[in-house]
Amino acid sequence: MPAWIRISILLFLLCGGVYPALVVGAGQLLFHDKAQGSIIYDKDGNAIGSALIAQAFDKDQYFHPRPSAAGADGYDATSSGGSNLAPTNQKLIDQVKANADAAKQDDPALGEVPADMVTNSGSGLDPDISPENALAQVPRVAKARGMTEQQLTGFVNQHVIGRDLGIFGEPRINVLRLNLDLDAAKPMQK
Amino acid sequence: MVIDILQMAIVLALGFLIMIPLGRYMAAVFMFKPTFADGLFNPIDNLIYRVCRVNRDEGMRWPGYIKAMLLTNLAMWVLIFATFMVQHEPLFAALNPDGQGMMNPFLAFMQASSFITNTDWQNYGGESTFSYMSQMFGLIFPMFTSAATGLACGVAFIRGLGGSVSLGNFYVDLTRGITRVMLPISLVVGIALVGFGIPATFDGAQAATTLNGPLTPASPTAVASPEANASPTPEATPSLTSQGQQSITRGPVAPLSSIKHLGTNGGGFFNANSAHPFENPSPVTNVIEILLMGAIPASIIYMLGIMLDKKKQAWTFFGVLAAFYTAFLAIDYVNEKSGNPLLSSIGVSAAQGNMEGKEVRFGQAQTALFANATTAFTTGSVDSMHDSMTPGGSVTPFSNMFLNMVFGGKGVGFINLFIFVVLGVFMTGLMVGRTPELLGKKIEVHEVKLASLAFLMHPLLIFGFMALTFALQLDLGAISNPGPHGFSEVMYAYTSMAANNGSAFAGLSSNTNWYNVSGGITVILGRYISIVLMLALAGSMAAKKTVPMTIGTMRTDNRVFAGVLVGTVLIIGALTFFPVMALGPIADHLAMVAGQTFQAAGS
Repeated sequence: MPAWIRISILLFLLCGGVYPALVVGAGQLLFHDKAQGSIIYDKDGNAIGSALIAQAFDKDQYFHPRPSAAGADGYDATSSGGSNLAPTNQKLIDQVKANADAAKQDDPALGEVPADMVTNSGSGLDPDISPENALAQVPRVAKARGMTEQQLTGFVNQHVIGRDLGIFGEPRINVLRLNLDLDAAKPMQK
Repeated sequence: MVIDILQMAIVLALGFLIMIPLGRYMAAVFMFKPTFADGLFNPIDNLIYRVCRVNRDEGMRWPGYIKAMLLTNLAMWVLIFATFMVQHEPLFAALNPDGQGMMNPFLAFMQASSFITNTDWQNYGGESTFSYMSQMFGLIFPMFTSAATGLACGVAFIRGLGGSVSLGNFYVDLTRGITRVMLPISLVVGIALVGFGIPATFDGAQAATTLNGPLTPASPTAVASPEANASPTPEATPSLTSQGQQSITRGPVAPLSSIKHLGTNGGGFFNANSAHPFENPSPVTNVIEILLMGAIPASIIYMLGIMLDKKKQAWTFFGVLAAFYTAFLAIDYVNEKSGNPLLSSIGVSAAQGNMEGKEVRFGQAQTALFANATTAFTTGSVDSMHDSMTPGGSVTPFSNMFLNMVFGGKGVGFINLFIFVVLGVFMTGLMVGRTPELLGKKIEVHEVKLASLAFLMHPLLIFGFMALTFALQLDLGAISNPGPHGFSEVMYAYTSMAANNGSAFAGLSSNTNWYNVSGGITVILGRYISIVLMLALAGSMAAKKTVPMTIGTMRTDNRVFAGVLVGTVLIIGALTFFPVMALGPIADHLAMVAGQTFQAAGS
């Protein structure tokens, strides 16, 4: 067998087999939970979701994630992706308008709508919203939970994740964690 | 705004700081000088040479080097294609926990070609198509070898420029590039990435019951989904999402994410690529991925200075490339930060900029950094959906891929830069009426012919296949956006494939027989023709007598030549592509600022 075939097979096994197995093995040992996908469980041990992956919320008492184009109804973690709508596509304008109208229904005092509230994320699974987006949802959530807007605003502000190392990226709020903490702090009356 | 500029400046500075030690190390690796890690790597390499029966002292002239490179790539292509075609077999069920089915052979042809050529154009959604075995042996494997092939060719090219008739031994260069550069870095960074949240598991998808529970029918989220609007008939079975369920796909993502960027490959584990929170969970991972992309292409320029013993020449090249790089970053950032005026006019705040297709954690600065890096270094991964970029912002990826030399991919980027260097030297030589010289060698008809051919291949592939697609109306239904943006989608596709980039205006539904076949041909010709022509050029220069440098020699390592090089790139590169830019992004931009939108036919 000539060298060009031998080296191809050898690198196939080394780079395709040994290398990923080493990273997975070390990752599992050192960071087991993260290696498994940062899954969040309830107290009975049932999986609720992943801290890194957006899931659908439509009830008034919860903060809602960004619109999602992943899968038929959005938030499909087996089918990630964006809308791929161009800025000049009328369909984009119509969608954003509908989302903005819904946001203004929730909060009539809302002035300009935060952009991340009405646009599809790139992955369809963006777990975060901007602080402005969360604050725009405060009136709706406070009403549904019987809290004052002031109380809830304070609660939201505590959940703001700053820029990484104080510099990189944008301040943000993880929607699933915020909603989980909200349920723990102020459970809904059944 | 200030913090955005600071973020961009810090990332550029970090990239610069990596370039110098890595360039020095890579020079030692390919000049066979001792390094600190020889004790570890010498036995590994020697074992590989023994098993593969490689005579490491055997030098190859340019035809031999090309032959070894092409044959090895062919053997690897066969292994990748075979992996894709058997992924569904029960024998490999252990590495297929999510039960991925059999692959369409046309798609497998396109994808094997796409990965072996370092393009990584993806005509499918990773999480819904590939088993873990395919991700490992069909993607991660060629991510190393295609990058190392490019690097080897770049090194061989530099040796030729240095006057060595033997360009080295391809198998030795390939091995050393992998064992001494790519494997160690990917391994360490890959494990670190798990610590930042990127999954690394062989378990299948995690089923979850969402906190909210089942959605109320006709909820606002359903309205937000374009697919829900587009589908003519309601779905028979309700989606998992509407039932309050979620299936969270995962897998050996971290090992792929590190080599995906270090090797400037760009193929994603998931459809959303590095916008997916599992591939890029935080701004810190975003910065790491950007730095990985730039590490080797920038270091090659520094390595060149050491290998040729012409540091000033290397800094001249670096200055030109850094100027283009920074300018394109600025074009992207300014346009995206300004947002979409069509949305501002319906009451959406412009403070965050254009957020359609972008992720909150990155914002505009990190997204612009990534989009510029991924198209300059020909990676092709994306942390935002380029199809939803403003037309002005999309000038950046288009320009980077048209020119294909703003650092560029492993090795091949430098080779492409050299096309412009040869043409620039030739033109100035003509202007002053003297035989042009470069690195002490005369540039004559043969070299200029080779460089011109290599340059012309790129627009020929792009325009040729675009013309065929539109003139014969092949799969025009694949275009998703109406108006000039639809034209841009097809242009982006062939540009990205010819440049071996792999990023996409992903609205184009390109998993069709036409795009699979024409794409497979484009990536192969785009990759190998310029490598072959330019290695021939290096071989021809190596065989020439060195001309002594006199006072009359036109220097190529000063500011005047830097200006000449910039001018050559702008005149030859930009003018070639300006007409199609006018039909796509420029027309789109003018429509956008005039407040005009486009309606899809039948909607």
